Amino acid sequence: MGQAVESDLVERLLDGEHRALARVITKIESQSPGYRDIVSEIHAHTGHALVVGITGSPGAGKSTLVDKLAKHYRDQGETVGVIAVDPSSPYTGGAVLGDRIRMASNVGDMDVFFRSMSARGQLGGLSTATADAVKALDAFGKDRIIIETVGAGQNEVDVVKTADTVVVLVQPGSGDDVQMLKAGILEIGDVFVVNKADMEGASRTVAELEEMIHLRDDPRANLNMGHHGAEAMGDHHGHGEHTGEDQDDEPEPEPVWTPQVVETIATTAEGIDELVETLSDHYTYLAESGELDEKARQRAAEEIRQLLRSDVNRLLERELDDRGGIEDFASAVVDKETDPYAVTEDVLEPLRDCLEGRDD
Amino acid sequence: MSADSEQRTIRCLIAKVGLDGHDRGAHVISRAFRDAGFEVIYSGLHRAPDEIIQATVQEDVDVLGISILSGAHNTLVPKVMAGLEEYGAADDTLVIVGGIIPEEDRPGLLDEGVDAIFGPGTPMQETIDFVKENAPERT
Repeated sequence: MGQAVESDLVERLLDGEHRALARVITKIESQSPGYRDIVSEIHAHTGHALVVGITGSPGAGKSTLVDKLAKHYRDQGETVGVIAVDPSSPYTGGAVLGDRIRMASNVGDMDVFFRSMSARGQLGGLSTATADAVKALDAFGKDRIIIETVGAGQNEVDVVKTADTVVVLVQPGSGDDVQMLKAGILEIGDVFVVNKADMEGASRTVAELEEMIHLRDDPRANLNMGHHGAEAMGDHHGHGEHTGEDQDDEPEPEPVWTPQVVETIATTAEGIDELVETLSDHYTYLAESGELDEKARQRAAEEIRQLLRSDVNRLLERELDDRGGIEDFASAVVDKETDPYAVTEDVLEPLRDCLEGRDD
Repeated sequence: MSADSEQRTIRCLIAKVGLDGHDRGAHVISRAFRDAGFEVIYSGLHRAPDEIIQATVQEDVDVLGISILSGAHNTLVPKVMAGLEEYGAADDTLVIVGGIIPEEDRPGLLDEGVDAIFGPGTPMQETIDFVKENAPERT
């Protein structure tokens, strides 16, 4: 089998056959033999879709928001792909993927292709699998792709960073303002959405987010632009004060994005228009600042690294097995016959010799 | 590619179709399947056949489990089966039905392409074993 089957599948996917798209994502997800050839084949057909990542704590209303966003894009005549990532049990590998329940606005509309994925317990594998699934949707011809994931850990952060724009959903009253100072998920947001804006404490949460954004001296902005006092494009809130720098006779300053805060009530679609507009502003910024291309390059670099890491890992796993398995090494370490560094040195030696001895 | 190692995970859609408003049974089976290491997608209550078809096709599940208590199985199940056929998903999806299905209705459903029917009181392990043994190979 192999080559012929895969090419046929890719052809059917490019022809717009839903079943083929579904099957390609399955192959990517389960890393079945041949999935790499498929991803290689579709790669050339990607690069058209706009990708938004949405994250936030459980219960923040991500799925409902995604549902309304999808509907908005559909009403504009665009097609939508959604990938919802849920955690799986580290013990059994089992998972309940329940986000589909909330996709009520797009019932029976095949042009919203909604797919649930779970982590399947492999380190770093989730972001690769998600990125590949996004490629499948992109090659299929989806105009908009939304990645939805629970903001629980590094794995999820990696997933959502494969998107062009990252939206972080925040619940009203989700903690005191020290929570806002903590690093992690809040640092990756391009757009913050305070959902359930009709709940008590919503305006305070908005204020806290605004404050956090202005106090944080965006490390990325400094790295990328060497520029303080961020000024947003399409800044509806009138913040982004000018610093002294801007008064100099410098040439046109490079555009800098200040994260925006948007209030929504996803259940009634309130605020969705404004969110869509903000997403579109961010996209304009990405395109005009050149960051879109830069992001694509960074993503490609990260993908290559990730693949290399996982392949080398597999080679080393096999090497370990050939040498009698990790258990014996572990026992030897516990019995103080050797130590982890010595074992590592020993197992890696042939690989190092091979790579470093190639110069001549 | 020698570096690819297949990770076989059985995916199931547990679907409540039609008007009945009780889904305790669907929750129990979802949880049991999850604990057996399956990936379970639960549809939620009051789904139309179209929604079930859409979810089955898009999620590319190995197993579709339909739970019906309302007595409308003779109308709803054939609609689902026809939809799966239309998208080329009927042949490689294992379809099982659970709930209140009178004995005399069973042959009809099996004729429609349902692979098995599990009534009340079926031991959970029996259903799990059936799925493990009969889940179709994805090619």
